[in-house]
Amino acid sequence: MARYDRAITVFSPDGHLFQVEYALEAVRKGNAAVGVRGTDTIVLGVEKKSTAKLQDSRSVRKIVNLDKHIALACAGLKADARVLINRARIECQSHRLTVEDPVTVEYITRYIAGLQQKYTQSGGVRPFGLSTLIIGFDPYTGAPSLYQTDPSGTFSAWKANSTGRNSNSIREFLEKNYKETSGQETVKLAIRALLEVVESGGKNIEIAVMTKEDGLRQLEEEEIDAIVAEIEAEKAAAEAAKKAPAKDT
Amino acid sequence: MKGTPTPLSLPAGCSPDNLSSFFSHRMMKLDTSGLESSALTSRGIGIGAELGDALFDVPAFQVPEVTDFDGFQKEAVQMVKPAKGTTTLAFIFKEGVMVAADSRASMGGYISSQSVKKIIEINPYMLGTMAGGAADCQFWHRNLGIKCRLHELANKRRISVTGASKLLANILYSYRGMGLSVGTMIAGWDETGPGLYYVDSEGGRLKGTRFSVGSGSPYAYGVLDSGYRYDMSVEEAAELARRAIYHATFRDGASGGVASVYHVGPEGWKKLSGDDVGELHYKYYPVVPSTVEQEMAEV
Repeated sequence: MARYDRAITVFSPDGHLFQVEYALEAVRKGNAAVGVRGTDTIVLGVEKKSTAKLQDSRSVRKIVNLDKHIALACAGLKADARVLINRARIECQSHRLTVEDPVTVEYITRYIAGLQQKYTQSGGVRPFGLSTLIIGFDPYTGAPSLYQTDPSGTFSAWKANSTGRNSNSIREFLEKNYKETSGQETVKLAIRALLEVVESGGKNIEIAVMTKEDGLRQLEEEEIDAIVAEIEAEKAAAEAAKKAPAKDT
Repeated sequence: MKGTPTPLSLPAGCSPDNLSSFFSHRMMKLDTSGLESSALTSRGIGIGAELGDALFDVPAFQVPEVTDFDGFQKEAVQMVKPAKGTTTLAFIFKEGVMVAADSRASMGGYISSQSVKKIIEINPYMLGTMAGGAADCQFWHRNLGIKCRLHELANKRRISVTGASKLLANILYSYRGMGLSVGTMIAGWDETGPGLYYVDSEGGRLKGTRFSVGSGSPYAYGVLDSGYRYDMSVEEAAELARRAIYHATFRDGASGGVASVYHVGPEGWKKLSGDDVGELHYKYYPVVPSTVEQEMAEV
């Protein structure tokens, strides 16, 4: 019988849009990405596959600016990401042009999600194979936000979330360990979450921190290494503390 | 009509049909055709038709076949004669924005109405004034009101006066040369305080603190400029606006009727007064009964 995954516009008898679900599979195969929202800082982290020796690593930035106050990280098909990011950047500027005001995070998330949804309801095209994590500060209220979109075109706001490979384990970790943090604590939380599934070391993670005043800042490898070292030391101390009381009996 | 364009990011509850014509004006974007994936543009007419951005559709109408089209266009616009027979004014002062206008509509030498509402209420905190073609002003102000409301729904915050005036200016610019006649002022109060912009059908948009538009504007400017102070009270400012309109209606034949005065404050706009200019005349220049001897001398 005819299978229901050919043309995207067709529902299967039990209500699935297979192309969308396959797109979600593609996302699950992509690099892990995590986002954590603090009170005054928002952090995005992405797993970095080891770069080939001859490759210029600066040309493969995985965390990008959409505007001065909005940044995006994604998991999935990077080529699709490029197209989506270009459209989002244009929309950010177009909004500034037509109403002389910067976009809110929710507005641009809704725009990107709308774009992703459009491609699930047309003939002859396939959905974008990526989920995005969008962070930013509201230009009027200054409140930090973190949003996630997926290939089906849904979006929602999160305190912390992850997408891509092993995102379930990262999310579990975040659910257990999330609390309202600020500044460096938020960065540490994000790195700790990523380290659950990624080999430790500055070479394998890319971290970007956004603050209201300074916008987006990509952390250098040395900085990441330093924080990773801190985290390992804290972990070791916690382990030692756990073992010590046992001796007292 | 083109195939129903898929809405891009319309708020819930809007149907594409009645909004597609509005959205086709929203396309004051850069030319992004270079960044579109080629799959879409080449298949634009075929399978992926619904994806074709509604935004890039330009309003089209039948063009008359004449030898000198440009000259014909010029003549057509001249015939409409955007003379803007009216007097409207608005100025920013300490307590907000004062907006005032007359209420006469003229068709050449014929006074078609003495009771036209030339101050249009776009929303509870923004006003627009009408000068030029009455239909053009009314329609596009209502359209602007719709756009402002949609912006509120989409962004969960009110649109700024800057944004609203920009939306209107972009629309008018896209109709440039097609005979629209609009000379309007957008006055409102937003988070940044009082705002006043002048927008016209040539596509111009100016930010300012004192404007007067219409055939009576030179007379109104005379009174307004000489009496203006930033720190006036609401009553003083209202009286200045009223007097300026009155003097314009006194000398300009295309202005008259009722002088309406509105005030826009932090809580929104409020109509302060609407006085017949004939009565205002006798208020400012009451008839002095002359003595019998004087009358005899005059004779």
